[in-house]
Amino acid sequence: MLKKLFGSVREYKKPTFITLFFIVLEAIIETLIPFITANLVNSIKEGSQVIDIVSTGLLLVLMACLSLACGGIAGFTCSKASAGFAKNLRNDMYDKIQSFSFANIDKFSSSSLVTRMTTDVANVQMSYMMIIRTAVRSPLMLIFSVIMAFVMGGSLAFAFIAVIPVLGLGLYAVARKAMPAFRRVFKKYDNLNESIEENVRGARVVKGFSREEYEIGKFDVSAKEICSDFTRAERIVAMNTPLMSLCIYFINVVILLIGSQLAISTGGEGFDVGQISALLSYGMQVLMCLMMLSMIYVIITMSSESMKRICEVLDEVPTITNPDSPIYEVADGSITFRGVSFKYSIDANRFALENIDLDIHSGMTVGIIGGTGSSKTTLVQLIPRLYDVTEGSILVGGVDVRDYDLDTLRGNVAMVLQKNELFSGTIKDNLKWGNENATDEELVEACRLAQAHEFITTFPEGYDTIIEQGGTNVSGGQKQRLCIARALLKHPKILILDDSTSAVDTRTDALIREGFRSYIPSTTKIIIAQRISSVQDADMIIVMNNGRIDQVGTHEQLLNTSEIYREVYQEQTSGSYRDFDTVGGEAK
Amino acid sequence: MSKQPPKAMPNGAPSRKPPMDLKALGRLVKLLFTYYPVLIPLIIVCILFSAGAAAIPDIFIQKVIAIVAKYQPTMDLAGATAELVPQILFLVGAYAISLVAVVVQAQLSAIVTQGFLYKMRKDMFARMQRLPVRYFDTHKHGDIMSTYTNDIDTIRQLVSQSLPTAIRTLSVVVFVLCVMLYYSVWMTLVILAGVLVMSVVSKKIGGGSAKYFMRQQQSMGKTEGYVQEMMNGQKVVKVFSHEGKSAREFKAINEELFDDAYKAHAYANTLGPIIMNIGNILYVIVAVAGGLFLTLGAPNLSISGLAFEISIIVPFLNMTKQFTGNINQLSQQINSVVMALAGANRVFDLIDQQPETDDGYVTLVNVEVDEEGNIVETDKRSNIWAWKHPHQDGTLTYTLVRGDVRLVDVDFGYREDKTVLHGVSVYAEPGQKVAFVGATGAGKTTITNLINRFYDIADGKIRYDGININKIKKDDLRRSLGIVLQDTNLFSGSVMDNIRYGRLDATDQECIEASILVGADDFITRLPNGYDTLLSNNGANLSQGQRQLIAIARAAVADPPVMILDEATSSIDTHTEAIVQRGMDKLMEGRTVFVIAHRLSTVKNSDVIMVLEKGRIIERGSHDDLIEKKGKYYQLYTGAFELE
Repeated sequence: MLKKLFGSVREYKKPTFITLFFIVLEAIIETLIPFITANLVNSIKEGSQVIDIVSTGLLLVLMACLSLACGGIAGFTCSKASAGFAKNLRNDMYDKIQSFSFANIDKFSSSSLVTRMTTDVANVQMSYMMIIRTAVRSPLMLIFSVIMAFVMGGSLAFAFIAVIPVLGLGLYAVARKAMPAFRRVFKKYDNLNESIEENVRGARVVKGFSREEYEIGKFDVSAKEICSDFTRAERIVAMNTPLMSLCIYFINVVILLIGSQLAISTGGEGFDVGQISALLSYGMQVLMCLMMLSMIYVIITMSSESMKRICEVLDEVPTITNPDSPIYEVADGSITFRGVSFKYSIDANRFALENIDLDIHSGMTVGIIGGTGSSKTTLVQLIPRLYDVTEGSILVGGVDVRDYDLDTLRGNVAMVLQKNELFSGTIKDNLKWGNENATDEELVEACRLAQAHEFITTFPEGYDTIIEQGGTNVSGGQKQRLCIARALLKHPKILILDDSTSAVDTRTDALIREGFRSYIPSTTKIIIAQRISSVQDADMIIVMNNGRIDQVGTHEQLLNTSEIYREVYQEQTSGSYRDFDTVGGEAK
Repeated sequence: MSKQPPKAMPNGAPSRKPPMDLKALGRLVKLLFTYYPVLIPLIIVCILFSAGAAAIPDIFIQKVIAIVAKYQPTMDLAGATAELVPQILFLVGAYAISLVAVVVQAQLSAIVTQGFLYKMRKDMFARMQRLPVRYFDTHKHGDIMSTYTNDIDTIRQLVSQSLPTAIRTLSVVVFVLCVMLYYSVWMTLVILAGVLVMSVVSKKIGGGSAKYFMRQQQSMGKTEGYVQEMMNGQKVVKVFSHEGKSAREFKAINEELFDDAYKAHAYANTLGPIIMNIGNILYVIVAVAGGLFLTLGAPNLSISGLAFEISIIVPFLNMTKQFTGNINQLSQQINSVVMALAGANRVFDLIDQQPETDDGYVTLVNVEVDEEGNIVETDKRSNIWAWKHPHQDGTLTYTLVRGDVRLVDVDFGYREDKTVLHGVSVYAEPGQKVAFVGATGAGKTTITNLINRFYDIADGKIRYDGININKIKKDDLRRSLGIVLQDTNLFSGSVMDNIRYGRLDATDQECIEASILVGADDFITRLPNGYDTLLSNNGANLSQGQRQLIAIARAAVADPPVMILDEATSSIDTHTEAIVQRGMDKLMEGRTVFVIAHRLSTVKNSDVIMVLEKGRIIERGSHDDLIEKKGKYYQLYTGAFELE
């Protein structure tokens, strides 16, 4: 997992290594500083010449400057390395997601992808920074300090050896105990936030039922629970500070007690006041290092969850890729299904589509009707290879769809999705998704065909009207027509509308279909609809039921042959179904 | 979401601009003291104790070294030990006190921090629940959520880390300063000069760091927004083979984020080494100055009256380290303080929002009607409701709830300068169905928003059973009005919990009966755990039609005399559609109903149809009346059918 992740460091390896180099240098200097200060202290005490004091002082200043330079450079490069690593991770994930097929996309919810690319990456960035700054430095400083302590204090340094394992184990135990407690709390915390979100989103429901006080009471219970759980976890962690203090105090007392006796009994030979103060400094350093190490342990364990979630995205294998020697030309808009069966995942025990055989000639208008779960959408999604068939094959223009270059295939098979999206930007920007180089005339033409031109021109800004995120400032019917225009701009050989006019009134719907007939006669049109009126004039209507083709025929034929079709037709013409609002909405 | 008033409102407009405001800090501290009048001072005392204990050892070190210097020439160990032991014991005593203080402080801090956050959250949530619908319509939901998550988190940092660190470091500095002055004024001045340099540098670099941290937050938001939009539309991206372009756009935004993040951390990361090494240099300066004073035999100026000696200089060197370390710690908190203040501002902004006002005094009560036709209030659930109306002259009248709702000449605008409803009058007699028909934005939803007082009218009047709805307590008014919205909102919990949401004291049996009535029971019993099936994420595991059925059952349990229905427009298949429709029809039986109609059958079966255009009712009447009139409605109706 780590290897996969660190693969994204790339060009930031250099600042990473520079950081490590300077950190090591800084650590060495920092451990030397107390050593030299000890000399300084001793020489002051012995009443040495001012010149000696000054020269030792200058040496120290020089070292401080070096240490500052090293620390400064390392601080800079490590920021660059970690921010760059995060940037690469985000780019890699984004690129990866772009290569996802529909099957891959279905696996991750969009909100989870957002969290992975933001919060999770931020966590990894922080721990990477911690690791390169302290993971090398702390053990190094620890070892240096202990060595120096022995050099200066001799056997007195055994006080350190006694304290280190006690503190190390103590810190580890605290971290070990606190971790699961924290994980539990975080889970509850997520739930709390979810319920807040429900209340924000459902404010009208809460108020409509006068449930404000009830919700406050419910919130209070879970918030209290989180408070007490969190407190418990933090109180475990809060043992770190006293533990540290205890060890520092112990070392200080031992050094002062034994050190002073030593200094007296040896008469200052080899062990003196300077050594005492140096040992005190080293003691501090050792403890800081251990503290840092325990922090690293906590941070790494905390971010390991994030690492796992990032790797899940990076490790995902796109289920659909370009063939080795792809075909770049689509001959015509004919479509053939040969014994096609399909299931969404290999483990699924039920086929979503079974044994589909179909022949659609180029330029035909084909309607598809069927209830929810009858796999209408599934059927058409196989044509532009949004999913691959499980068994059988699909030919477009006489060639298996799996042999085409993906961009070529999808450029020629335009699909207007059921759950469609506009993106923030102008109407023009959105339309140009269909064809980046489209001229204004082409845009207008496509919009006329999709019956969108008229309402666009009523906007003060016309084609330059800004669409808000999610397309919230246009009505459902307007959004659908813009999406159709966007698809038309591709000049596709096959046009698939997946329930794309459900919010458009029947008259406009008919005008759109009429336009298709007269302006793009050679394009194969496949229309999935809930309304019989949307498909009844098609050359061929497919009635789907439970993943199978129930009947194929024209409107008149199906009224005789298909019970399902007849039922739907009767239900709709009896007037219980027709969508009224949009009629009012779109009428002039 | 489709039916919300325009986002940009004068008083709403989400502004996440962080003003540097020390008032927020003051208010936070004041709140801390109000919530924890005992614990907070106790914590401060503990911090002071441990800070003191951190300074005291320097005095002992000085004494110990003085003893060493005294006995070293004679190597009189016994004499030295006799003097040493009491000193060391004192030290151990001081340490013990400090240890106790540290333990108490750390434990109390954990309690106070979490408790404080709990209280903040509770205050926020309680205030939020009491805000008018306008607040939710004019603030981005993501921004509101971020107040609960990110902003609260910055406050956690402040309370648990930054504030204690500030108190501790500042008090250590003061203690140490006193000890310094006790030994030598001259040396103290040397150190203070160094500290001055450090604080100037901290301010400069820390300020830069804070600036870039803010920028980083902004670019993070921008990146998040872009990713969110693209992830939602990922399938469209695939269909249009737009992957390459979308990746290029992302790289540009990502690069900006990198730039800000890199700078923010670079400032923060270099600050530490700079302060520490200024400290090292200061150490040397102090040592050299001390050495000079010592060798030159300069006269000392001090509180203690001690002359320059090695036993003064060594602790001074230690104190220099302490000073530096503490200032370094303080400077590391600058970022979190700045972010916490911005966060606290947003939290207070939410808490300070004006809650929904309610001057209503007419309440909804259960009553019984005795043989003589007198209305008597009762505690039992009698299924007969009445408005309890206290009058100014002290009399009390009861009016039976019938469901007669009248809007007379109502004007309304979401903004004062833009009226969206003009002179709307609607009369609904008990049991009547009133259908609203018209284009998106014609004002259908707006009218229903006024009836349950999600918004208040600008002009005109609304009467419920003859009572001005402004006189009715909002809770009671809304309890008497059921709503089924276009967008179904369910809550985490079981299916049963969600149905019971309509009436909290409903028994399981009543909930199941309501489900059976509206035709939801069939699919619920087929769920893996039936009525106990847990829903999360707004019922993501259910189909749209199923969610609607639960919402209808929820309204049925409430059993209100008046219903407001907003039919869903989104297409669900004919079969489910028919079930939902039947459920709706059941729900409408025997009630006054306002329905924003999308289905012809609903419109046809209504007693009165209101055709709305641009905030005005342009036609009204029954289906047959309107057809006969051959006006707008007729055009809509026939125009649609001609084409089939």
